[in-house]
Amino acid sequence: MIITEQKDLSEILESLEPFRNIFITGCGECAAACKTGGEEEVRQMSETLKHNGFNVTGTTVIDEACHVLLTKRVYREHAKEIGESDCVLVMSCGAGVQATALVLDIPAIPALNSLFLGDTLRFGQFEEYCSMCGQCVLATTGGICPVTRCPKGLLNGPCGGVDNNGMCEVDRTRKCAWVEIYERLKKTGRVERLRRIVPPRDFSRARHPSRRDIRKTENA
Amino acid sequence: MLDKDFIITAELQPPKGPDTSRFIEKARVLKHKVHALNVTDNQRATLRLSSLAGCTILAREGITPVFQVTCRDRNRLAIQSDLLGAHALGIRHVLAITGDDISAGDHKEAKQVFDLDSIQLISIIDNMNKGFSDSGFALQGSTDFTIGAVVNPFSIPEELNLLRFDKKISAGARFFQTQAVYDIDGFKKFMDKVAGRGVKILAGILLLKSLRMAHFINQNVPGVMVPDNLMEELETSSVPLMKGMEIAARIIRELKGVSDGVHIMAMGMEERVPEILEMV
Repeated sequence: MIITEQKDLSEILESLEPFRNIFITGCGECAAACKTGGEEEVRQMSETLKHNGFNVTGTTVIDEACHVLLTKRVYREHAKEIGESDCVLVMSCGAGVQATALVLDIPAIPALNSLFLGDTLRFGQFEEYCSMCGQCVLATTGGICPVTRCPKGLLNGPCGGVDNNGMCEVDRTRKCAWVEIYERLKKTGRVERLRRIVPPRDFSRARHPSRRDIRKTENA
Repeated sequence: MLDKDFIITAELQPPKGPDTSRFIEKARVLKHKVHALNVTDNQRATLRLSSLAGCTILAREGITPVFQVTCRDRNRLAIQSDLLGAHALGIRHVLAITGDDISAGDHKEAKQVFDLDSIQLISIIDNMNKGFSDSGFALQGSTDFTIGAVVNPFSIPEELNLLRFDKKISAGARFFQTQAVYDIDGFKKFMDKVAGRGVKILAGILLLKSLRMAHFINQNVPGVMVPDNLMEELETSSVPLMKGMEIAARIIRELKGVSDGVHIMAMGMEERVPEILEMV
């Protein structure tokens, strides 16, 4: 899921400064799980904005704020409140903010920063394991991604920054991803695979903006 | 450089500004004392004059430069372009390094590149020596670089460390400059394990300038440990820098016949390197 954090209130208020009538949109998917854009956070934001002198015209939590057609439908149901609003404060990742911007004529203002694609370890605890590089290497790295979990994204083993406890020099609270990969492969007798020199990554696979249309790719 | 019986190289850090007068002074002091001088590439991710410019200045001074290239600040296009430029300017030795993380330095908010890692970089230079770019087109001429790499003899897990060392060799590395060595016995064991690889190994000599520096190394430099007896020597000495130089000279002496040479990192005290070498 997409991990988000709420922006500092001062930044949100600064973005809203030109406006008075605000509609607030949350997201029932990732932002709800991050406690940044679910029903409760939307309610709290509504209170905060009222305290700061804004008029909150209405609120909604869209099941998936990044789903453009769904978003359009939900706003249609709120046509009256949207009509009275100067802008929409969107409490979702950047994909959700842009879906709102796409389907409405009034400005969509982000309340959150989008951080990373996260695995949920337990409630509210997320780790970045995948950075969507477009060339998955997990088959040869024991199911541990060096592109994401090594700060330098190294493909041929660790750098010189592994300390005596196997921890990463860049963040000593983390084990070196390559030490983890090595230990995992060692257990299954597959260390020899690491002898192969892995060529440089094809960064064209992860170039922005990406597009995918499964109707076209399936026919291709 | 690699044909000497006992190869002596040293590291020279380029200035943190455009004034190269001290850099040139130090280079001249070292000129006939070492076989080659490495010029660091924004070491510790802190801004310095470029390694390429530093190497060019050394070449003009009649000193053999070792062009240090890290993967942190440039992509494969920029690195190859710099390498071609370096070759045209007379530079023939390259040390390929992954590079410290950007968070270690003085431009923490900058984008770090790591388009390549050190092993991929070695392969690319090896290809350029064969007359090809990384994308496979034939260059107008081929380069003639002697490729170096780094290794920490004490890094663990050992099997992973040696595997990476061997990958560097199969990618094209011909010499190694190691992380700092203080534990001679441990280093000998490393040399035994890597014997017969056909590459030159220059043991890293990191000058201990003070007890504080030794503590810093023990706490912050992965895989390097200044042993207790050396800590004691520094602690009881009235002139720790002199003691550090003595220790460096002693280690160099003990390494003769063990390694193929040494690489001296004097951390700003390069003008004292000749004295260290005389003490050997």
